[in-house]
Amino acid sequence: MLDIHNLHVTVEGKPILNGISLSIKPGEIHAIMGPNGSGKSTLSNVLTGRSGYEVVEGQVTYEGVDLLDQSPEARAQQGIFLAFQYPVEIPGVNNIYLLKAAYNARRKAQGLKEIDAYEFLEWVKARLQWLHMDEQFLYRDVNAGFSGGEKKRNEILQMLVLEPQLAILDETDSGLDIDALKVVAEGVNRLRDSHRSFIVITHYQRLLDYIIPDYVHVLSEGRIIKSGGSELAHELEKTGYGWITNTEVTS
Amino acid sequence: MNNEIKSLNKLLKTEYQHGFVTSIDSDTLPVGLNEQTIREISKRKNEPPFMLEWRLKAYAHWLTLEEPHWSTVQHPPIDYQTISYYSAPKNKSDGPKSLEDVDPELLKTYEKLGIPLKEQALLAGVAVDAVFDSVSVATTFKGKLKEVGIIFCSFSEAVQEHPELVKAYLGSVVPYTDNFFAALNAAVFSDGSFCYIPKGVRCPMELSTYFRINAVSTGQFERTLIIADEGSYVSYLEGCTAPMRDENQLHAAVVELIALEKATIKYSTVQNWYPGDEDGKGGIYNFVTKRGHCRGARSKISWTQVETGSAITWKYPSVILEGDDSVGEFYSIALTNHHQQADTGTKMIHIGKNTKSTIIAKGIAAGFAQNAYRGLVRVGKQAENARNYTQCDSLLMGSQCGAHTFPYIEVKNPTAKVEHEATTSKLSEDQLFYLQQRGIESDDAVSMVVNGFCKAVMKQLPMEFAVEAQKLLGLRLEGSIG
Repeated sequence: MLDIHNLHVTVEGKPILNGISLSIKPGEIHAIMGPNGSGKSTLSNVLTGRSGYEVVEGQVTYEGVDLLDQSPEARAQQGIFLAFQYPVEIPGVNNIYLLKAAYNARRKAQGLKEIDAYEFLEWVKARLQWLHMDEQFLYRDVNAGFSGGEKKRNEILQMLVLEPQLAILDETDSGLDIDALKVVAEGVNRLRDSHRSFIVITHYQRLLDYIIPDYVHVLSEGRIIKSGGSELAHELEKTGYGWITNTEVTS
Repeated sequence: MNNEIKSLNKLLKTEYQHGFVTSIDSDTLPVGLNEQTIREISKRKNEPPFMLEWRLKAYAHWLTLEEPHWSTVQHPPIDYQTISYYSAPKNKSDGPKSLEDVDPELLKTYEKLGIPLKEQALLAGVAVDAVFDSVSVATTFKGKLKEVGIIFCSFSEAVQEHPELVKAYLGSVVPYTDNFFAALNAAVFSDGSFCYIPKGVRCPMELSTYFRINAVSTGQFERTLIIADEGSYVSYLEGCTAPMRDENQLHAAVVELIALEKATIKYSTVQNWYPGDEDGKGGIYNFVTKRGHCRGARSKISWTQVETGSAITWKYPSVILEGDDSVGEFYSIALTNHHQQADTGTKMIHIGKNTKSTIIAKGIAAGFAQNAYRGLVRVGKQAENARNYTQCDSLLMGSQCGAHTFPYIEVKNPTAKVEHEATTSKLSEDQLFYLQQRGIESDDAVSMVVNGFCKAVMKQLPMEFAVEAQKLLGLRLEGSIG
């Protein structure tokens, strides 16, 4: 589904990613862990097409097609979704309006008609219930005045409504208490199937207790320095990231 | 950063939608302004002597005034002798008696603008007075309004048919001594809309005026007078467009509103005069004086404006709150792009007890545009318990535009409560990226953020106008980010 090959990225001339290679197949969950500043968020931004990042070397293909040439909206319309680390407030635009606009933008790209308003509301309401969210939530301005937990939950709501092919969760767990964390994980697990893939970016292992990954990759200074199964997350939990800086990089 | 500027430039390019010219025979006065010009205008309009006297006094006063330059707007000196002060579509008779007499070219023009003047084709519930260059060419639904005693007609007709009302109220809110442009307007205005709502009548439909400048080298100087008698209600809409021309054309209008006891006037404007091209060439100079007078107790005047056009906008729709418990409101969206300049705001003059005013102003600047909010809240000695709430927010798109806020607050009564909040923000890349990541095209994303920013004002507009205004905001910004 997604193939990242030898990806080098700089921000304002400063190298951030230094040769990342990663292959994600349909149905897989890959966790990317690493200390602050290791390049985790840069990776998610590059994959979704945020400006300000320069790819100096390497390729990324999605469903066999070059991804890096495409606009952020084109990527989104093909089913790539980013749950933001810092969801953005959009005053004066309510949640349901954005959800519907986003949903229809993807349908339009697929050559489908706009969804019926009533049908859509039912679709959204079912997902609100999964996340234990009140319907009033839909009529509030996007993220405006939301608590940190509400914002993260709202990201997951959007994900559940849009049903992406590839979802990237950028530190979705940060700022969540354990109950909220469980709700979020449950949402992700509901979407999990043999066609859909996830990249779960996290600093801590605890989210991975609820979303069991197929692979864990450890990122440091813009490189994947270690890959393994879900047990690697537990290992990291015990040893912390201190060992990374003291270990020779083997690749 | 580079990306941002490139995409900004793309988004900021949009074509003006109403730039066509109607070819029509006009009766136009030669350029130039002197006492003879004024006598000529008055003669052509067959005005009673009191009107001519008033015009001449205004002209004499205007000669003593200097063009004002205290605002942020900048423009080369205007040569008042190169403008024609009267232009009217030629007509077989003295004036159209009914829609059948209106030149079909004119009807087509208004249809092209989305304003059908054929009554059966009109949106239910909106009566229209169409002003083309200097004169009113058609007023719809007159008969129906007359049944409930409402007078809605062109200013010229009001002068002929209801001189006592005109004499009593003309210049009573904006005297010709008020300012340079108001004096000029009083001297040379050629038409406009007139409306009188009798005691206790709730106007059964929205009233509207559509202004269109067509002729070359003419100024448009119209005057609107609305009188809401005791306990009445009226909602009034105003729209305006002009052809694309390289020259700057002057528009100096005056609007006077009078609300007697317990009367309410809601006045909404969508201003879309030609703004000039991308490089700032051409466009309308829009120097307008609008003021309402809450004369009676518990009266209310509410201004809502969406200003997207004109090379320069200079206007401050204001309310004099004289009646006790009267209410004044000002809701404004001012969008400037390319080299447009806007200096706009309001004055809320609290005189009566328990008077309340609300000001919500949203300024959006893109390209090289300058956008200023200028507002005065004055609470007089007698204005016990006066209250004002002001919120003004600016949104900047790109790094070459500017937003300025000039709040003036004068309070002479210690019981007054005056609140002022102001914010300035930049249209954030984060917001746009967030929406794009959800699959929304960049132009739609900009439109969504800007409309969200303006929501508090948009919801004050009557339904059909709100839809038009939203589209207009989107269009004016199309291509400015990507």
